[in-house]
Amino acid sequence: MARKLLLEKAHVENIRLYDVYRREGGYRSVEKALKTLSPDAVTEEVKKSGLRGRGGAGFPTGMKWSFLAKPEGVPRYLVVNADESEPGTFKDRYLMEFIPHLLIEGMIVSAFALGSNVSYIYIRGEYAWIPDILEQAIAEAKQNGWLGKNILGSGFDCEIYVQRGAGAYICGEETALIESLEGKRGNPRIKPPFPAVKGLWDCPTVVNNVETIAAVVPIINDGGEEYAKIGVGKSTGTKLISACGNLNKPGVYEIDMTISVEEFIYSDEYCGGIPNGKKLKACIPGGSSVPILPANLLLKTTKGESRMMNYESLSDGGFATGSMMGSGGFIVFDEDQCVVRHTLSLARFYHHESCGQCSPCREGTGWMEKILKNIEYGKGKMSDIDLLWDIQRKIEGNTICPLGDAAAWPVAAAIRHFRDEFEWHVLNPDESQRRNYGLMHYADPIHVPVTA
Amino acid sequence: MAEETKPAAPANFKVTIDNITIEVAPGTTILNAARKIGGDVTPPAMCYYSKLQGSGGKCRTCLVEVSKGSEKDPRPMPKLVASCRTTVMDGMEVKNITSDKVTDARNGVVEFLLINHPLDCPICDQAGECHLQDLGYEHGKEGTRFEFKRREFEKEDIGSYIQLHMTRCILCYRCTYVADQLTDKRVHGILDRGDHAEISTYISKAIENDFSGNMIDVCPVGALTDKTFRFKNRVWFTKPVYAHRNCENPDCCGKATLWLRGDEVFRVTVRKDEWGEVQSYDGKAGWICNTCRFDKKQTSDWQIEGLANINRHSVIAQGKYPGLVVPKETIKEVMDGRAPKLIMDIHEVSGVNDPTLDLSKINGPAHSNNFAPNPNVEDHLRS
Repeated sequence: MARKLLLEKAHVENIRLYDVYRREGGYRSVEKALKTLSPDAVTEEVKKSGLRGRGGAGFPTGMKWSFLAKPEGVPRYLVVNADESEPGTFKDRYLMEFIPHLLIEGMIVSAFALGSNVSYIYIRGEYAWIPDILEQAIAEAKQNGWLGKNILGSGFDCEIYVQRGAGAYICGEETALIESLEGKRGNPRIKPPFPAVKGLWDCPTVVNNVETIAAVVPIINDGGEEYAKIGVGKSTGTKLISACGNLNKPGVYEIDMTISVEEFIYSDEYCGGIPNGKKLKACIPGGSSVPILPANLLLKTTKGESRMMNYESLSDGGFATGSMMGSGGFIVFDEDQCVVRHTLSLARFYHHESCGQCSPCREGTGWMEKILKNIEYGKGKMSDIDLLWDIQRKIEGNTICPLGDAAAWPVAAAIRHFRDEFEWHVLNPDESQRRNYGLMHYADPIHVPVTA
Repeated sequence: MAEETKPAAPANFKVTIDNITIEVAPGTTILNAARKIGGDVTPPAMCYYSKLQGSGGKCRTCLVEVSKGSEKDPRPMPKLVASCRTTVMDGMEVKNITSDKVTDARNGVVEFLLINHPLDCPICDQAGECHLQDLGYEHGKEGTRFEFKRREFEKEDIGSYIQLHMTRCILCYRCTYVADQLTDKRVHGILDRGDHAEISTYISKAIENDFSGNMIDVCPVGALTDKTFRFKNRVWFTKPVYAHRNCENPDCCGKATLWLRGDEVFRVTVRKDEWGEVQSYDGKAGWICNTCRFDKKQTSDWQIEGLANINRHSVIAQGKYPGLVVPKETIKEVMDGRAPKLIMDIHEVSGVNDPTLDLSKINGPAHSNNFAPNPNVEDHLRS
């Protein structure tokens, strides 16, 4: 049984309530940090832990914190990115819904380390019920002296506010999130300046994912070195994985990043295999924006070793033979799934969510969707596949924010690994059209072909 | 222990763009450093406008490759960067026209921009002054690979002076920055997102601010045109002259370009520099008010200074040689001193455009009398 740090108490009855959470050892890390450690010492522990940002990019958290500018007389902000909008990723929701005090506790310690007296949780609008849970937890924490002025007599003041987003994927990008938090249209800013220098209201700001901040609690409780002992290489600690797709037991799992992908999919401790004994076809291992991997590359690395559930192993060999850990949104496809159809679904999503600021993303995402739609509906040409490849290549890396890459990578990987499926659609237009389009909720009715 | 002294930061940073080295002040962007060099090494810019704070970074036409970050950290930057928003570092090396990656990306951007921009240049009032036309000419492809329906918009009247053609808009955001920074009572902005995004007023309001006409001048394409000039003439048939008047509006510089046909003033615009941006005077941006732009349409309203400087690259240069800005030729420098290989010298076989003739010295349009028969050419043709 894998060691659990974040979800250890998640199943304790009424753990959502302060009294239960406190009885189970909650808020110990705040006591330890504020009474025995300096802000720099907390940052040092986080650095020692090797904790990497759990939002998707995997940047070392301690290092990110140390970049924070600290000019005199200027407030600093900690912003928790709870705008969990990536298709396939739903791990933060679980944490916030079932064990909200863990996040609040992590935020207090993190804000102490960063010297931030005001912190925000920016949560996606679609999580309509969770802000109430968080606000209740904040109120309980404040009532019990963990928030407010002069916490535990340390001289440190801390307030936490919850801000609901209006439901835009782009607002999960840190600078767009900051714009939205400031009350503006959620368009990404051009970097530099980075938020660590000029963030919320032009003040130094750290934006961290929910899971990252929650992980600060066990790091401070047990020490950074202890945390770093879990996992392997630069993939230290535990990671929440939200598994979905064709799995017997989809759900949110906490893993210690030493297990193999095969074990994660097939063992009863985790996903329990694929329903009806079907074969594994492919998997998107890190949320919809990361490249899809066919089964052979998913289970084995380029060296023929078992691929592990960690940052290094999943990206082994670059995008030609690897993928990314991303946010941990693990989407599994069985042998019956159509990669073209799913790629169209993703392309449609990214087209819909493009903010429209920069030309390659604004125009390119829509173009890709239109071509994919044609191919999927049996109206594509062979040259469309090459055109699609060329368009994604011209989007990738050329946009203001990573949404362009997020839109391009799934298309690139699908063509790279499943080109024969695209060709099948082109070569068999009648059969493509005969497939069951009743499942395609997103199909434009004008384009839905008449089935035989 | 001896006190450690930090070397003072150099007053100027050395930056090399396409093999040409230049010194610029710290804080200068790559684009502005390249503009100091001039010529082909200057990246195009559709959304950047030096006089509008916060502009740039959106259209991605100015992407360049930073092949060396700085003297201290020589690592190349992993992605192409927007030269209009990236500041130079000491020792930085940048590739613009010498980078295949940049050329490829720029071709892609042009293709993307032209997806939803109709090529109605023959009827567009911006023709001849359109940056996208120039960009497409230099970086575009012959045909289009886009085979789908393009976006269309309902016509919207946004006031008595400005015509909005949303179908032509490339969402550069420049007009919204003008509205933000030059006018009060802002009534327009960007609605929706992605390729549904559009410039519009909220809701069906007229743009009537005193300085709203400047939005026409900053628009790089023909999305915002002057209602008092539309369809009245082609810009290359008009004669641009500099003029000024004592404008009562304290925020108006009163210096403008009049576009004449005979003595008739067809149009009044701001004066523009060689980058197509409003010309600054005495450290101030040279914006003009709507009264100067739309109401003063008599030559008697103005004191005319003389012919405007027009870049010889521009189609407006047709027939008006004095006062032209001659574009800098940088190819030889860019290519490490190697001149381009001339396959055929046209002057060897034709008497047209005699290279010894300085067109800028001719007063008025050139005609056949200016080109005396070239004896060498005559010999060449006879041989």
